[in-house]
Amino acid sequence: MLLRLFAITCKEVRQLARDRLTFGMIVGIPLMQILLFGYAINFDVRDLDAAVVDEARTSHSRALIADLQATGVIVLRPPSPGLPDLRRRMESGEISVGIVIPHDFERRRLGNDRAVAQILVNGSEPMIDAVARGLASVPLPVRAGDYKSRTPVFEVRTEYNPERRTAVQIVPALIGVILNMTMVIFTAAAIVRERERGNLELLIATPIRSWELMAGKLIPYVLIGLIQTTLILTVGARIFDVPINGSLLDLYLAAALFIAATLTLGLVISTFARTQFQAFQLSFLTLLPSILLSGFMFPFDGMPPLARMIAQALPLTHFVEMIRAILLRGAPLAAMQVPAMKLGAFLVIALAIATLRFHKRLD
Amino acid sequence: MNAVPQQIAPPGEVAHAIRARGLTRRFGHVTAVDGIDLDIPRARIYGFLGPNGSGKSTTIRMLCGLLQPSAGTVDVLGHEMPRDAEQLRTRLGYMTQKFSLWDDLTVSENLQFMGQVFGLPAQRRRARVAVVVQEFDLASLFKQRAGTLSGGQRQRLALAAATLHEPELLLLDEPTSAVDPQSRRDFWESLFDLVARGVTILVSTHYMDEAERCHELAILASGRIVAQGPPQQLMSEIPAAVVEVEAADTVAARRALVQDESVLSVAQLGTRLHVLIDPATPEPENRVLQRLRAASVAAQSTLVRASLEDVFVAATGFGRAAGARPQD
Ligand SMILES: Nc1ncnc2c1ncn2[C@@H]1O[C@H](COP(=O)(O)OP(=O)(O)O)[C@@H](O)[C@H]1O
Ligand SMILES: [Mg+2]
Repeated sequence: MLLRLFAITCKEVRQLARDRLTFGMIVGIPLMQILLFGYAINFDVRDLDAAVVDEARTSHSRALIADLQATGVIVLRPPSPGLPDLRRRMESGEISVGIVIPHDFERRRLGNDRAVAQILVNGSEPMIDAVARGLASVPLPVRAGDYKSRTPVFEVRTEYNPERRTAVQIVPALIGVILNMTMVIFTAAAIVRERERGNLELLIATPIRSWELMAGKLIPYVLIGLIQTTLILTVGARIFDVPINGSLLDLYLAAALFIAATLTLGLVISTFARTQFQAFQLSFLTLLPSILLSGFMFPFDGMPPLARMIAQALPLTHFVEMIRAILLRGAPLAAMQVPAMKLGAFLVIALAIATLRFHKRLD
Repeated sequence: MNAVPQQIAPPGEVAHAIRARGLTRRFGHVTAVDGIDLDIPRARIYGFLGPNGSGKSTTIRMLCGLLQPSAGTVDVLGHEMPRDAEQLRTRLGYMTQKFSLWDDLTVSENLQFMGQVFGLPAQRRRARVAVVVQEFDLASLFKQRAGTLSGGQRQRLALAAATLHEPELLLLDEPTSAVDPQSRRDFWESLFDLVARGVTILVSTHYMDEAERCHELAILASGRIVAQGPPQQLMSEIPAAVVEVEAADTVAARRALVQDESVLSVAQLGTRLHVLIDPATPEPENRVLQRLRAASVAAQSTLVRASLEDVFVAATGFGRAAGARPQD
């Protein structure tokens, strides 16, 4: 009966509008997270400590070093006599970037086959990797009479951390992480709070049906999830230049599906938790593997088979795949039936578990 | 779905509102309700009297289908519980022990919401809200949040919400525990108004004066019914003689009396002592005086009518064995 569903939704919205703290969290959590994550992985890093090993000592090599310094990205510290010293300084954290110009620099410069110089970066700090790639695109200084060189100028070697991450990869996935976090906690808490305060005992003594109660409570959060999606997307595009290559409609459809899946996960949690504190703990228990295994931070390639299997059971995994494809590669939703169906399957199974476990009883 | 609540019991329906046999509920090792039998007539106020933890709430929850009995059968308004619980929802009104409407909604919003949840159509809902607001004197509080109401106001709101859909049977779990005496009196007036309209009310309490107002009463102790019947009958049929003692030194008087093997219990009420004595004792008031004189305690004694409190003490084994066996 729609009247009862509507009654629950209305009540929920009213209570949300009056609960300043929760309302603040709806906007505050996504903003804070995207800014924290976004800035920590921003390209726009300046004044990194750098040192040079110039084995060539030619006018060209000096000109190249001057150009690199002129980018403002690095600040040159005293030069190193050789590669071992450079590595030691990098290891001790004195410098983050090392530039190596080999003794055969002039010959490499004229030849076409090999990079003329090397940039060493400390890959244990994720943003520096991207910086080095930016530096490497600095062209060779061209002087009159020089041959135009077609060789890549630099060869970039990322030490300590071979995989590369960028804001462009992380921000779209961040939509998923933030939604996952807030949606699961909000629904789990919304139901457990009523259990804790005794409202649920009153509600289950009325003719309301379990599904009306659940759906009525979820509807406002679907809207909140879509608002959060918009917020993160806007900040991502404005501040962090995340491209939006695919269709917005596809994006919102994918987000809505994912939101529904995480909400039902919250429902399942609410049937286990007796107190709000337990609900928070259980939510975090599901959040951690989501963040670690969904491909949000680490690529699947390096994961053991068990971790990959767990990843398949997490809604975030499939959403990260979908949203990266939509935002970055401009893929249409129609091309993502497999992850969409996996999300749908999660939704159906979780909903079945929640309704089976939720009785209009106290025992 | 049927949105129109049934107002009139189908013809030929049984006369009792609730009948339970051997009703039992265990929580792990704890037996909260232990094989109770109930026959609650229609259009009466039936009371559950018992201390905290005696199983009142658990019994009420089983009667309205919120808890599954571990054993026994329940019949409510001619339906088997908890099997038919959902069918009966619109015919039952339940007021939880703890206030469980929404603190962050106003009085009006809470009532509207409960009306919607009970499936009252808009017109009837408006009419019923207006009626209960009038009946329970909520007009001046209409726009106030429930969380800011006083104990008595909350309780009026809770009863208004429980009766909004005009149930035939009201289950009220300690409705007056956080309420001042004047509000309690008003509340009981409301209950008698409802009964006059044919509503059956089951109310639990730990106040003796409230229990005395019920048409019929079950005294619960440790999950068992230790006495059952109309309060007057319980008081007149108490298996003890009640002697009231007025003494200057109540402590010494008490010490002297408990040593007498015919004295079943001694309870202090202000400056007086209520002494329950074996009913076989001839002239119990003189026996008490002799005892006290022997202990050189100056006192006066009178044979009095038993109070419900005396009935309770007698029914629970005179304070010697907690949770005594039923006396039938
Ligand atoms: N959900 C529960 N789980 C475990 N024990 C319970 C539960 N509910 C009640 N009890 C126990 O059952 C007994 C009766 O409780 P209750 O019915 O609330 O008594 P009353 O309402 O008369 O105070 C108590 O010992 C209480 O601790
Ligand atoms: Mg109780």
